[in-house]
Amino acid sequence: MKNIYLSLVFGLTIVFGLSAQQTPAPDQTEAITITGATAHIGNGSVIENCTLVFENGKISAIGGTDTQAKGQIIDAAGKHVYPGFIAPGKSLGLIEVNAVRASNDQDEIGDMIPHIRSLIAYNAESKVVESMRPNGVLLGQITPKGGRISGTSSIVQFDAWNWEDAAVKVDDGIHLNWPTTFRRGRWWMGEPRGFQPNKDYQKQVTKVKSFLKNSAAYGKANTPERNLEFEAMQGIFSGEKSLYIYAQGEREIMDAVNTAKVSGVQKIVIVGGYHAHKIVDFLKKNDIPVLVNFTHSLPSYDDDDYDFTFKLPKLLMDAGLLVGLQNASASNFQTRNLPFYAGQVVAQGLEKEKALQLLTGNAAKILGIEGGYGTLEVGKSATLFISDGDALDMRTNKLSRAFIDGRDISLETHQTKLWKRYMNKYEGK
Amino acid sequence: MRLFTLTAFFVSVTLFGQDYFPKNDGVKTKNNNYTAFTNAKIFITPTQIVDNGTLLIQNGKVVQVGKTVTIPKNTVIEDLKGKSIYPSFIDVFSNFGVKLPEKAKTSGRSAQYESSREGFYWNDHIMPENNAISSFNYDDKKATELRKAGFGVVNSHIHDGIARGTGVLVALNDEATESKRILEDKSAQYFSFKKSIAKAQSYPTSLMGATALMRQLYHDMDWYNKNSIDTKDRSLEALLENKGLVQIFAAGNNGNVMRADKIGDQFGVQYAILAGGDEYENIMAIKATNAKLIVPLNFPKAYDVSNPYEAQYVALKDMRHWNLAPSNPKVLEENSIQFSLTLQDLKSPADFKAQLMKAIDHGLSKTKALEALTTVPSSILGKSNNIGSLQPGRQANFLITSGDIFEKGTTLYENWVQGSKSVINSKDKIDIRGDYKLTTSGITYELSITGDAAKPKITVKKDTLKLDAKIDYTDDWLNISFSTDKKESSRFVALIVPDSEDIEGTLTASNGSTSSVRITKTKPFEEKEKKKNEKGGADLVSVTYPNVGFGSKVKPKQETILFKNATVWTGAAVMETTDVLVKNGKITKIGKDLNQGNTKVVDATGKHLTAGIIDEHSHIAGLSINEAGHNSSAEVKMTDVVDAKDIDIYRNLAGGVTTIQLLHGSANPIGGRSAIIRLKWGESADGLIFQNMPKFIKFALGENVKQSNWQSFSRFPQTRMGVEQVFTDYFQRAKEYDTKKKNGQPVRYDEEMEVLAEILNGERFISCHSYVQSEINMLMKVAEKFSFRVSTFTHILEGYKVADKMAEHGVGGSTFSDWWAYKYEVNDAIPYNAAIMASQGVTVAINSDDAEMSRRLNQEAAKTVKYGGMSEIEAWKTVTLNPAKLLHIDDRVGSIEIGKDADLVLWNDHPLSVYAKAEKTLIEGAIYFDLEKDKMLRKAVKEERNQLINMMLNEKENGGKMQGPKQNKKPKFHCDSL
Repeated sequence: MKNIYLSLVFGLTIVFGLSAQQTPAPDQTEAITITGATAHIGNGSVIENCTLVFENGKISAIGGTDTQAKGQIIDAAGKHVYPGFIAPGKSLGLIEVNAVRASNDQDEIGDMIPHIRSLIAYNAESKVVESMRPNGVLLGQITPKGGRISGTSSIVQFDAWNWEDAAVKVDDGIHLNWPTTFRRGRWWMGEPRGFQPNKDYQKQVTKVKSFLKNSAAYGKANTPERNLEFEAMQGIFSGEKSLYIYAQGEREIMDAVNTAKVSGVQKIVIVGGYHAHKIVDFLKKNDIPVLVNFTHSLPSYDDDDYDFTFKLPKLLMDAGLLVGLQNASASNFQTRNLPFYAGQVVAQGLEKEKALQLLTGNAAKILGIEGGYGTLEVGKSATLFISDGDALDMRTNKLSRAFIDGRDISLETHQTKLWKRYMNKYEGK
Repeated sequence: MRLFTLTAFFVSVTLFGQDYFPKNDGVKTKNNNYTAFTNAKIFITPTQIVDNGTLLIQNGKVVQVGKTVTIPKNTVIEDLKGKSIYPSFIDVFSNFGVKLPEKAKTSGRSAQYESSREGFYWNDHIMPENNAISSFNYDDKKATELRKAGFGVVNSHIHDGIARGTGVLVALNDEATESKRILEDKSAQYFSFKKSIAKAQSYPTSLMGATALMRQLYHDMDWYNKNSIDTKDRSLEALLENKGLVQIFAAGNNGNVMRADKIGDQFGVQYAILAGGDEYENIMAIKATNAKLIVPLNFPKAYDVSNPYEAQYVALKDMRHWNLAPSNPKVLEENSIQFSLTLQDLKSPADFKAQLMKAIDHGLSKTKALEALTTVPSSILGKSNNIGSLQPGRQANFLITSGDIFEKGTTLYENWVQGSKSVINSKDKIDIRGDYKLTTSGITYELSITGDAAKPKITVKKDTLKLDAKIDYTDDWLNISFSTDKKESSRFVALIVPDSEDIEGTLTASNGSTSSVRITKTKPFEEKEKKKNEKGGADLVSVTYPNVGFGSKVKPKQETILFKNATVWTGAAVMETTDVLVKNGKITKIGKDLNQGNTKVVDATGKHLTAGIIDEHSHIAGLSINEAGHNSSAEVKMTDVVDAKDIDIYRNLAGGVTTIQLLHGSANPIGGRSAIIRLKWGESADGLIFQNMPKFIKFALGENVKQSNWQSFSRFPQTRMGVEQVFTDYFQRAKEYDTKKKNGQPVRYDEEMEVLAEILNGERFISCHSYVQSEINMLMKVAEKFSFRVSTFTHILEGYKVADKMAEHGVGGSTFSDWWAYKYEVNDAIPYNAAIMASQGVTVAINSDDAEMSRRLNQEAAKTVKYGGMSEIEAWKTVTLNPAKLLHIDDRVGSIEIGKDADLVLWNDHPLSVYAKAEKTLIEGAIYFDLEKDKMLRKAVKEERNQLINMMLNEKENGGKMQGPKQNKKPKFHCDSL
């Protein structure tokens, strides 16, 4: 009996010791000033030898050495300050271990389920979420996956006791996986493995159209019987929510944008946009921003340039589109590499500060949180971090401090703890 | 009437062919008459041709042939003036009369690992005991189709399984009984790489497994033959019995032709090989096999690329194959490769002629075409004395045509098989084509009969007015109906008689009145000159090395190059402003201000020169990755399935990667043997293999080998406890096997045991996929018990927990930089792993296991600086010198040292930076990637795509047959790809 008790205690200790997230930081009580750093504002500009002051969670002053410091001083001479990076289209906190079904809350059954809301399932204590922070990824758009309309996302910050505390923007957008004109062969049915034309494309598009039209019609009347799906769609007609359409090809993107516009959707964002560079005029005319695919992916076609995925964000930015970067289709743990996806574009000739915008100012604008986040500007949230070197390069990305809404957050994780634990073991020998 | 009698005679002849058969429905007499075909152009063989010759046959055989033939009195003579006689065609790869077995029904989620048979070989896909004759059913309808296409004899077998048993050689003689038309009931023995569709046994799941199975089969046959075995194996017995037959291997593409031939070489068998129609891209290697080929005319249809959005899905390589496939027979001919043609892969024999004409248009000579259909197939089958030519004594299998059989307008009149005639088109039918005048009731109509002589078309005009008209010309009767300008119908009927230009017949007017009318010929028919491609053949694009987009027209060659003023990462240090000289594939000098002489100089000022990146764990350039049919697959070799055309090779080069270990996957505890390859883009699969490649094998532990993440519950092991026992069992057996062998005791040669014994003897190294500390520790202990050391743990994500034990065992760790959370066993995977292991003295490499990550391993190495604070030099070693050490090739590659191979990368920035780009990648002193050349290749790809797209659009406009746009893409492989 005693043994059982003991092992139970021991077991619990281990479980707690290993799986509890870092304790969320308390509210900011005292003003903090970062001095001497190179501040990368997130809108394309840089302030060298910057003084940045934040109070009550908000940036109260930013400028050169003539800016008045206040409260606690952090000397960051030779270091760099960045706004917290933003990860769109992720199911962080909705799934912990990909292969463990019990830990999977990212994909509800059903084809068009806009009423499915990510926020309430978001695990603020996820070990994967906490591993984002040491690389500077401090905010994310938590997004359901799968189906035609996957559900409704919310934007959260990555240091919270629970999902309510985490929420930055509740129910910000609806996510629509646009049908594809080509589909993979169903090899288990004897078809070749490669891609072939999707004969059902038009049918699938019609279904989406009909759903959008019905949703719009529903919103015009005031019927006593609620329709949860249609009701959830209303925000996209009022402009309160954005419609995120996942589409890669020219035809798909154009069909998607036209369909959405005709149905009265106010804010459309293209997610993916593999061939968006071929229709920039169309996208510009319709004022459509693109959350482009992450650069660390292979070209989709054998005859594409080897560096096509590396340079695509640059092609779109050069064309004058509003561009952000996402890795929606990658495993969540990869999202900590978001800064390096942007760095990869720099190697293709994009200016560093522009590449930074992909993850900060532009991302915030596209997600509709630019009022509070995305750049280092007075009045905005003090969600930022200090890196020893260039944060877009893995060689130099090394965070010493990070703040979310002015709160001095921990940069420890499940992983750093294990590191220290085992180094102690070896060094203690 | 005459025709009928003749046929009847032949029937009686054949039925009574067997003297000792009693006869009760009449008298027992024979027809020993001769038939002579005179005044014909006779192709006795494709090269022995007589004009105005005579072919004399009797009892289904050729008696005499030539210019002067004595015709006995009891001869029926057929005058074939102006006509030609060819030996009829032979197909050695047919399924005539043999049904494919039904597809096995699979039930449940778990694979079937055991054989479903007793008394046969242990693997269900090995069925040499199958004989096509036992399921053979002569198919009249199919025989008619085949004869229409010119075939007289086919060799048929059951197209199912890896060892398929014997074939049946059958003459397409409807009139005869099996006793006569079956020329051989065990005509050849057939093999393939494809599993039986009728059997569900899991092994082999891969091409390399099928290859290994073939090898083991031969070993087992030999053993069965030489020893007295107290169990009976009907498969091996059949295989032994069939040893003396012609051996035919269904390969199906040029790579598999090479694979099949290699198996044959090992066991002293020269197969005749069914090719794929893509041999042109690898022709020298194909020639070197010395195999006779059986070649399909499976030229792909043009892709419908009229929608540009859809066109992008079609890869250049597929467009190119559309363009070049019809030239394949010509290329085979040019290279003096013996080949026969087959109907295999064609939808219907009716498509044959059009495809053959296409091959001839693309340069195949008519003589070769005829050989490929007659003498070569008969020689493949060892039947040259019986079929394939019209020399005396051969079967009277021949075709009568209106002229050159390989011309478009030529009519095939008759196909004689074993002296039995089949009329395809009546040769006695009179050609009535021409312009005529018909005058009735004072009105003159102009008739123009054109088109096919056997099935003509008609236009009827009154002055310039074109009238509705129809023509029917069946047997000897002509029917023409037309409506007059007053819309009244008129019908003309006539019996066509020889030697008359005009046609006399009866005209029936719309009111029913009839009159005798003579229509008079005004102008003979003239065949319109068809538009010929003036250039003589089609526009063909060039083959590149490899034959896909971004391949080169010329293979890269070793150069003498001096890199000037580079920042050189030697491995041990970083040297500023340093020169490196590359000569004869080696690094020959390193120093300041080296004398440049006449050598090509690359200004590397401000640039970084490093050794090429080595990926210890890759699955690119493989055609299959896992042989998952057994829990051990040491018998399979990744070297059997190298894919030298994988575009990811090029993409890896662009990321500075020069050498990879192409590892077997992790589907089983004991995986397959590795291929260490150099990414020499443009070389053949064998050309990529690292010279004197150290021997490696993949092992695996954990969730994948337990099949935890796919619902499979029947294969041992299902737990980590079981995994240990798999190793112990195999090593113990290998030890016993090896001891026996060393003591000179007889053993059944077992490829698996041979490989495991190599490990025990320290000749082969293990790279083991591993995750959690318990299993890592376990394998080290198993190895120690058997007195060997594990070379490398790959993945090794919890290596940091047992780094001290690893260092003590002497094993290296090849890990991911930062992967985790994708399955339960990587819960404690941390990016600090590499740094911790290194701190304890473990040789650490960073690997990819991924086609995307592998092309920026320099960045992954940089993460060891970020996570755990490794020095930059140590970090760089994790993707160069350290993996070279783990692969036992560090004496040749992995660092910049004098005497080492010149596998180098020139970077435009610090190689650990995300901002660095590889500008040049060299392997053994040859430049395999160059940023400048890449620009040209991009342009070339675009231009050639455009050119081919236009050609296909043209084909569509000209009414060519099209297929929908498709992307033929092979999957990207990881460890657990099945």
